[in-house]
Amino acid sequence: MSSEPRVVLRADDIDRALTRVAHEIVERNPDRLPALVGIHRRGAVLARRLHEILTRITGEEIAIGDVDIGFYRDDLAERPEAPVLHASHIDFDVTGTTVVIVDDVLYTGRTVRAAIEALFAYGRPRRVQLAVLVDRGHRELPIRPDYVGKNLPTSSAEHVHVRVNEIDGVDEVAIEGGREVLAA
Amino acid sequence: MRHLIAIDELSRADIERLVAQAQSIAEDSDRDIRKVPALRGRMVLNLFYEASTRTRSSFELAAKRLSADVVNFAASGSSVEKGESLKDTVLTLSAHRPDAIVVRTPWAGAATLVSHWCDAAIVNAGDGKHEHPTQALLDCYTLLSRLGSLDGASIWIIGDVAHSRVARSDIHAFQKLGADVTVAGPPTLIPRDIEALGCDVRYDLDGIGGADVLYALRMQRERMDETWVPSLREYAARYQINEGRLKANQIVMHPGPVNRGVELSGEVVDSPQALIAAQVEAGVVVRMAVLYELLASRNAAASKTTPEVPA
Repeated sequence: MSSEPRVVLRADDIDRALTRVAHEIVERNPDRLPALVGIHRRGAVLARRLHEILTRITGEEIAIGDVDIGFYRDDLAERPEAPVLHASHIDFDVTGTTVVIVDDVLYTGRTVRAAIEALFAYGRPRRVQLAVLVDRGHRELPIRPDYVGKNLPTSSAEHVHVRVNEIDGVDEVAIEGGREVLAA
Repeated sequence: MRHLIAIDELSRADIERLVAQAQSIAEDSDRDIRKVPALRGRMVLNLFYEASTRTRSSFELAAKRLSADVVNFAASGSSVEKGESLKDTVLTLSAHRPDAIVVRTPWAGAATLVSHWCDAAIVNAGDGKHEHPTQALLDCYTLLSRLGSLDGASIWIIGDVAHSRVARSDIHAFQKLGADVTVAGPPTLIPRDIEALGCDVRYDLDGIGGADVLYALRMQRERMDETWVPSLREYAARYQINEGRLKANQIVMHPGPVNRGVELSGEVVDSPQALIAAQVEAGVVVRMAVLYELLASRNAAASKTTPEVPA
């Protein structure tokens, strides 16, 4: 019963969602803008875009970094192959700052847990928030996003693909496969 | 990849993947050496039948940075001195259920044998005159970091090729990455039929000016007693890389430890053209990449639950 791929967000939808998230980040952090840390790979791309928007609308300097979670995954013993590693870049002092972790899809929450652990290897942030382009539900850990581009109820049989121009040559969010059983 | 026994068994893509993984690790470690939890609960056993300070400590550091537990087993001062065979030692140590065994022996092929006797992932840290694959990987890492690509590069490996597992692994690795490899040294120390590996053979250093990389091998003093060369002085006169022979655009490498004044002159060792310190530095990240690839997957985990009866 798998269905054709459906594109649920196109380039301008993604732009609008990120712009709204950027404004929410400003509202929620009135005293000082937080640092952004994207999770490799597509979260890092989205973090750079959020950074651009935030710089444009506030004119302030905002710290940005990216983090790889390969070494921190909890499923290393279950994967067929060791994950490809990417270099992490966090060139600012994490300790005492508010950090917004940025990822493309929030699903089980395991990636975010690993990213929090990776982030803490660099210091002790004062506060950690989470921004995702898509929240598709099915959490397996007590993790919730602070900023959501789009809530996208899915069945666990479906695949949510976030594609970004920098990596995939196109900006879109598509759902593929699975059945139309909705989960909150 | 289940084991790392020989570069000969790897593809170009395997080498490039391991080097890229090591580069990702290194880029992150630049500011601060970080311990990561990737191999928490895994055990790495260092089984060394030959003295080796740097290789062993490099593997130990790599495993510890990945949070693996490390057990060092040195043949001296152990049951080996009481006559225990390699097989019995491996079977005994297997009772501790290591996830990986890093093995160095003076016997070619021993790492392969060990891989048949237990379920652990085997990393060959040198087996006699056969191979020393992690040395070749860290040499590739060092060269690729400096040159970007080895395609079409001319690399001369100079010295005691006959007794060198480093030479054998490097010849395979450099060629797989697209380099032209020449081996040079006294005829007594160049194995017959080494051309079969696809490298050029020279018995002098004429023509060395065209090389991009000069890789000097260690001239082991015990070879003197076996009269492979008339004297170290004569060897140095004919085959030493010194300032007279080294051109400004050439890179010098050496697997260490260096005999200053024999295979390399002191000035060359200390010159910025020598990447010897970079090679040592690369050792830990490359070995982290190897252990991570072998142990951070289902293969490695599954082998623990299904022990076979050793043959």
